[in-house]
Order: sequence, then structure tokens, then C-alpha cells
Amino acid sequence: MNFSSRLLENAVNEFSKLPGIGQKTALRLVLHLLSQPSEDVGRFSESIVRLKKEIRFCKICGNISDAEVCEICTSPKRDKTLICIVEDTRDVMAIENTNQYFGVYHVLGGLISPMDGVGPSELNIEPLVERARTSPVQEVILALSATMEGDTTIFYIYKKLKDFPCKISTIARGIAFGGEIEYADEITLARSIATRVPYGV
Amino acid sequence: MWLEKLSLLNFKNYEEAELALSPSVNAFTGDNGAGKTNLLDAIHYLSLCKSYFNPIDSQQIKNACDFFMIQGVFDMDGSNEVISCSLKRNQKKQFRRNKKEYQRLADHIGLFPSVMISPNDVSIIIEGSEERRRFIDNVISQTDGHYLDELIIYNKNLLNRNALLKRIAERGQYDPELMEVIDDQMIASGEKIFEKRKAFMSVFIPVFEKHYKYLTEDAEQVELIYDSPLFHDEFAGLLKKSVERDRFLQRTTMGIHKDDLSFSVNGMPMKKFGSQGQQKSFLIALKLAQYSFLQLKKGYKPLLLLDDIFDKLDDKRIKKLMQMVSHDDFGQIFLTDTNRDRIEGIFEGIGVGLTIFEVRKGVVQNEETE
Repeated sequence: MNFSSRLLENAVNEFSKLPGIGQKTALRLVLHLLSQPSEDVGRFSESIVRLKKEIRFCKICGNISDAEVCEICTSPKRDKTLICIVEDTRDVMAIENTNQYFGVYHVLGGLISPMDGVGPSELNIEPLVERARTSPVQEVILALSATMEGDTTIFYIYKKLKDFPCKISTIARGIAFGGEIEYADEITLARSIATRVPYGV
Repeated sequence: MWLEKLSLLNFKNYEEAELALSPSVNAFTGDNGAGKTNLLDAIHYLSLCKSYFNPIDSQQIKNACDFFMIQGVFDMDGSNEVISCSLKRNQKKQFRRNKKEYQRLADHIGLFPSVMISPNDVSIIIEGSEERRRFIDNVISQTDGHYLDELIIYNKNLLNRNALLKRIAERGQYDPELMEVIDDQMIASGEKIFEKRKAFMSVFIPVFEKHYKYLTEDAEQVELIYDSPLFHDEFAGLLKKSVERDRFLQRTTMGIHKDDLSFSVNGMPMKKFGSQGQQKSFLIALKLAQYSFLQLKKGYKPLLLLDDIFDKLDDKRIKKLMQMVSHDDFGQIFLTDTNRDRIEGIFEGIGVGLTIFEVRKGVVQNEETE
């Protein structure tokens, strides 16, 4: 692309580094910003700068937070003896949206995958073990994706925590709500039957 | 199950061709480069969704054309099944059964099974163990849908373990717990694959021996042995024992990815001591055993594709082979040869319907000879 201005070119190049944004979309976004009032653009850029500068990671759970300790970890309503282990912040938001969980979280920041160069030391696992050692944890829920990397991570964390007196559980895997059995894939269905649960009303 | 009709459009050297096939023996004769093998490959496409010879689909399109299309009409217990495969340049291959497109090609594989015997097969004997594992994997996955899934999981675990071994070497820190986690996952899928391969081999080897004996009239003793590190010890024990060596070499030295088949003739390795004719007989018996295995699992007869099979075999073995495949145990057969007289000579007196197609530079002529 040929640009009439160096400034325009720089802005487009920066935008096109974002995921899912190509050169053309970047140009459209930049030209849009150019047509907006200065205050709006100022707020926009300020929010990005502050995001990067001021955001912190909760020193207890590793979730994204404004303060040293996040709102969930400081909330008196939350059960501190119940910890839900998730891959990243998006999973915290997904579980929060259910309004069904009142424990606290622990955000790993990824899953173990040596192939992609991610080992346990790159993840927030050591602080989790420390947490289990120092605070009165009753139960740990492993809410990780049902992929091979998820399984590896679950297995590893289990090995690290199994000597502590807390209960270790994983989220149930099986037929989705509203899902019909005939359309379930074979692996899910086989597993649902193998790990069936007693029925009670 | 048999193929009644085959039509080609812009496939390899064919601009357009349509063949009405016979349920017994179909022979394609013609000069080198006429397009005989391409006809077999087209049938292979309909059976297994890909070429037997070339993994790059777009190279099957006729020069200077934009697409190819293969269509076959199969007879399945009296009812017609229309299978078509088409590829436009730079687009995804489309596979249809009775005009309905498949979501997954894997759903089609195994429905119309086939076995190809071609001069290229010699790589199973002379190349590395990977070729032999590929052969086993191909046969098993055509009859067991879960096998391939398990294999994919195992290979991913293997990559993970090797990556971990490299990491350990680079950083100098060894986390035995993580290694154990990866090992456990590899053991679970590895043992399943081993059991499946073992069960397959126990059926496959006797059939192979029977075919070879018949084909060669006991002229030589051959042996086919399945070997795996897992025969010697449990997988978990093997991984534990080899961990020091694995860390040194930065790769996993034990597991089902080291499985191999050993072939021998009169007690000596086939690769070094087998003549070309013996090797060819061995491969034919191997492929016919694959045929019998598929038939056993499917309950019907696969298609048999014989590419240039008469080359390098003596007349006695050729006669034997043709008697054998023309028998009831084998269904529809397709074969290629450059020499029409030879084909007619071989089938004289065997008493099966032989249909010969003359192939000339991408044009097929159908001539009935009984």
C-alpha cells in the first residue's frame, strides 16, 4: 500500500499488528479515528496507555485486577476455601457469568504444552501449591479445557496437590444441555457413559 | 460390491473417458505412458479419497485445465451408489455419495475398500521401518475408526515428550513429575495401539503365509514377524529405564513408534537376500493378505487393483496368481499390462470373464473378449 503520509502509515502498521486485523481493516479504522473529535481519540489512546501501565495481576489468584488483590479475592462473600483453577481471565469471566460459583479462582495463564515451549515454570502453578500449603483450602476444582494440553495440566497439578488434605475435583465432561445423544461425538459419549453419575432428585 | 461404471474428466492424461466395467477381470493394455495406471489410480480415489502414487491432489488435474472429476457407479447388493470426487484448482476436494457431499472424508474411507498392488510397494521392503508401520496403520485404520484417533493422540504425545527432552537439555532443569505426566499419557495411548496391532498381526500373519505358500508352491520359506519394544517389557518400565538415554539423545527411544515388521527368506533378511522376483512375490502375498483381512472385517470383497504385476515374476507364479485371484475368494479385479497377447495367454483356460480395454494416449477403447 502507498501512503500519502508517514504518520498514516505508522498508525496503519500498528493497527495491523492486532489479531484479526489486516492492512485494509487497519486503514479503515485509522481513517475513522482521524474523522473523530480530538477528545474521543484522546480518551481512546489514554485508555490503552493506562491499560498497559496500570493494570496489575492479583497477587493471590493471578487474575487481571486494578489493585494488588482483585475484587473476587477481597470480597467477604466469597468462600476462600474453594478454589477454581482456570486457564485465563476469559474463563473467569465465563464462570462469573453463570452466577453459580461463590468460591475464588486461580488463573494459570496457559496450559502445559512442551511442544509450544510452555512448561510448568511459565505458568502460575508454584504460587498455587504455595496457596494450598498456607491457606485452609477444602476443595480445588480443575476447570480446564478438555484437550490434551488440558489433561496434561490437570494431571500435573493433581500430582502437585495430591498430598494436601484438600479435595480435588474436575468439572464434568459429557453431553451438553439441549444436546441430543445421537449427535454427540463418540469420544464424548463413551466418556459420559464411563463416568456416569448416580441419579437423584 | 463392484464398480459398474467409471467416468473421468480432465484427470491426469484423460480429457474425457467413460468405461463400462465387468464384475470379474478388467484388463487395461497399452504402451508406456498411455494412461493405464491412471485408471487404477482413479478407482483408488473413489475408494480412499486420494491417489495411491501422489499425495498432491492438484497435480492430478490435466495440464492447462482448472479441475478434474472422477465419478463411479458402484453396485452394492443390487442397488446403485454414485460416488464422485472433484477438485477445482486452489479449492478443497469435494467428495459426494449419491450427490450428497461428505463432511468428513474419513466417513467414506472403508465403505468401498480396495487393495492396490504396484511396483512402488517395494519400498515396504527396502525403505525404513516407517514404511512398514504406514502399511500396518493403513490396513488397521480402514477397519477400525478409533485406531487413527489413538495414533494421532500418541504422535502428539510423542512430539510433546521430545520437546520436553530438548527443553530439559537446554535449560538443565529436570522436572520428573512433568515427565511422569507426559509418560502416563503416552503409555495409555501406546498400549492401546500395541494391543490393536498385536490382534491384527495374529490374524494377518497366518493369512499371509497361506497366500505365499500357494503362490510359490513352497519354493522358499518366508517369515513375517511383528516386532515391538513392548514385547520385551511393559511400556512404563521401558520409558523409565531409557530416561537417561532419552535425555542424552533428546528424543524418545522407546515406544510403538519403534515397531517394525521383519521379513525374511530362508532365514535371511528379505531386503538383502531376496531376489527381485522373491521380493515381488512377498509383497503380493502381503497385499493379498491385506485383501483377505479387509474382506473378513467388511463381509464383502474389496476391489483388487493390480498395477504391472507380471513384471519380474516367472510364468509359473503368474499363472498361479491369476488362478488364485480369479477364484471365488476375490471379486472384481483391475489390472494393467503393456502386452495384450500375454494377458490373453494367461487367462486362456482359467475360465473367467476377461474384459480388455485398449488404452492409447488417454483414450480408452472397450473391446469385449471372452
